Amino acid sequence: MLAFTQVDSLVAPLDRPNIDTDAIIPKQFLKSIKRTGFGPNLFDEWRYLDAGLPGQDCAQRPRNLQFSLNQPRYGGAQILLAAENFGCGSSREHAAWALLEFGFRALIAPSFGDIFYGNCFKNGLLPVVLNAGIVSRLFAAVAATPGYRLRVDLTKQTVTTPSGEAIAFDVDPGNKSRLLDGIDEIGLTLASAAQIRYYEARRRELEPWLFTS
Amino acid sequence: MNPRTLFDKLWERHVITESADGTALLYIDRHFLHEVLSPQAFEGLRLTGRKVWRPETSLATADHNVPTTARKLGIADPMARAQVEQLARNCVDFSITEFGLDDQRQGIIHVIGPEQGATLPGMSVVAGDSHTCTHGAFAALAFGIGTSDVEHVLATQSLSMKRMKPMQVRVDGQLARGVTAKDLILSLIGTIGTSGGIGYAIEFQGSTIQALSMEGRMTLCNMAIEAGARVGLIAADETTIDYLRGRPYVPRGAQWDRAVEYWRTLKSDDDASFDRSIVIDASHVQPMVTWGTSPEMVVPVDGCVPDPGQEPNESKRNGMVQALSYMDLRPGTLIAQIPLDKVFIGSCTNSRIGDLRAAAAIVRGGRVAASIRQALVVPGSGLVKAEAEAEGLDQVFVEAGFEWREPGCSMCLGMNDDRLNAGERCASTSNRNFEGRQGAGGRTHLVSPAMAAAAALAGRFVNIAHL
Repeated sequence: MLAFTQVDSLVAPLDRPNIDTDAIIPKQFLKSIKRTGFGPNLFDEWRYLDAGLPGQDCAQRPRNLQFSLNQPRYGGAQILLAAENFGCGSSREHAAWALLEFGFRALIAPSFGDIFYGNCFKNGLLPVVLNAGIVSRLFAAVAATPGYRLRVDLTKQTVTTPSGEAIAFDVDPGNKSRLLDGIDEIGLTLASAAQIRYYEARRRELEPWLFTS
Repeated sequence: MNPRTLFDKLWERHVITESADGTALLYIDRHFLHEVLSPQAFEGLRLTGRKVWRPETSLATADHNVPTTARKLGIADPMARAQVEQLARNCVDFSITEFGLDDQRQGIIHVIGPEQGATLPGMSVVAGDSHTCTHGAFAALAFGIGTSDVEHVLATQSLSMKRMKPMQVRVDGQLARGVTAKDLILSLIGTIGTSGGIGYAIEFQGSTIQALSMEGRMTLCNMAIEAGARVGLIAADETTIDYLRGRPYVPRGAQWDRAVEYWRTLKSDDDASFDRSIVIDASHVQPMVTWGTSPEMVVPVDGCVPDPGQEPNESKRNGMVQALSYMDLRPGTLIAQIPLDKVFIGSCTNSRIGDLRAAAAIVRGGRVAASIRQALVVPGSGLVKAEAEAEGLDQVFVEAGFEWREPGCSMCLGMNDDRLNAGERCASTSNRNFEGRQGAGGRTHLVSPAMAAAAALAGRFVNIAHL
């Protein structure tokens, strides 16, 4: 897995609550059996003016220039600033894959959909929860300041503004260490295989009907 | 021992190891797989040479991407066909049971799991699908996961999870005529919002819940995720046990008796404390209809489209303005005056036999309005379809002008050919009214099966309490 330590980047804003994973990557692109190829279709219905279909050459499609990610001032942003409940809805991990492939490494929002939040950590994408008041202040700063940048530092658990203000954020220690080292979680769990087997044997005694099929 | 909630009991029973910060490695008893979120997980196993830990705990079927017509002809869409064929190949290679498209037991995973008795009280249940919370209706710890976690469960029979906080939603009293579990959950989401349940496991309690059928309970738990909660739970009781008795995957003989004895303990202790509690008077709940692009944008059928001008929160207000523009609705419009183009009865929320019976009871002897371009009924499984046909429900629908289809997720997410065209407006018994969910540019109004049936006949929403 891709490791994450810090990112210092332009910030792209998407100020709309409850952005769901259907909006992040529409269903017609979920027919792929690969992990890659989703970036060009990130936010497909908002980014393009025509109907999105699998296999199109997206470079040739008409773009919606009103949509923030299509505006030159946010080009190359690796940090996405979003509103409440970002990534709610479907558990499709394709949403995290599409955001990463597009170029985002960190997301900042007042809250995230639970399943999406977990999926981000499995893929080297850092979701940062900051309180709604701070996020709203950051939206105002991004709008008012062309070229507005932030630095997101996972080791220190801070988001630093251009004026040097360091805003602290919480992250679960397990998620943090796995993301810092880019660890393969399955390999880590299999190192505890003996404990899983021990638990399993005990479970077989307590609820034997779960082991009869 | 301290009084514990049902969630606490289920969680603690499944902990293999736990770290100080409340993150646990949880043992997984049941894993449902479908074609869309699993191929990359199996690919991961192949790339690393890993095996499936206990293949017999997995049950697979194709549901998201399958046609609901002319199934004997196969799948026309080459990408969809490749994905369904890949699932079959993966199940053979890794020794997992799969119900194929020609198997009568095929259907939506959240319908067929309980139908087969493959979901049992006390189990931990996962699937690469957010609506896995449906199975919590059986006092099972059930939640949706992404593809990385699907691979993790296949390889290790476990998942690393942060403990959720228990939330109580207590509902007492009698639901009025025409008011269903769907209206109850939509009403709750309207109250606490789609982010109200983030970080929580919701347990539904109270006399109203106890009086619900298992199907109603599944509808309720199914949409816990739409309130932001990954887990929805209901205590096991006689209704649960009666539903399960005799189903193919349930234990037999002495094992059954022993299991039932344990299952009866799967309820919150009387003095257990919850991190958050909501109390609902069932008699106040009305038939509900969503007006916007988030399930929290919901009002009673007798209400009208709200005015964003009245919303003090700026972010929420912007969201409402965008939703009204997408839905092409104006503040103040009566819900009952919104004309419809399509009707969809189906999905893991409302495609079980009780749902079809409720819709058929409204439809019987009527005609789909001339203004409705398409009215679909998509049973949740081959067995639901057969049961409905044995009761003659298919005839009721077909004679009224509905299309009677093969089982699958269908127009809930429109991955197959069943979808809305841009600008079309649909009364849908599904769970998500997101932009583009049922088809790019399509407009979704979430309702109960009875409301969808009544809307099909009238061409617009009507208060079914008055029928």
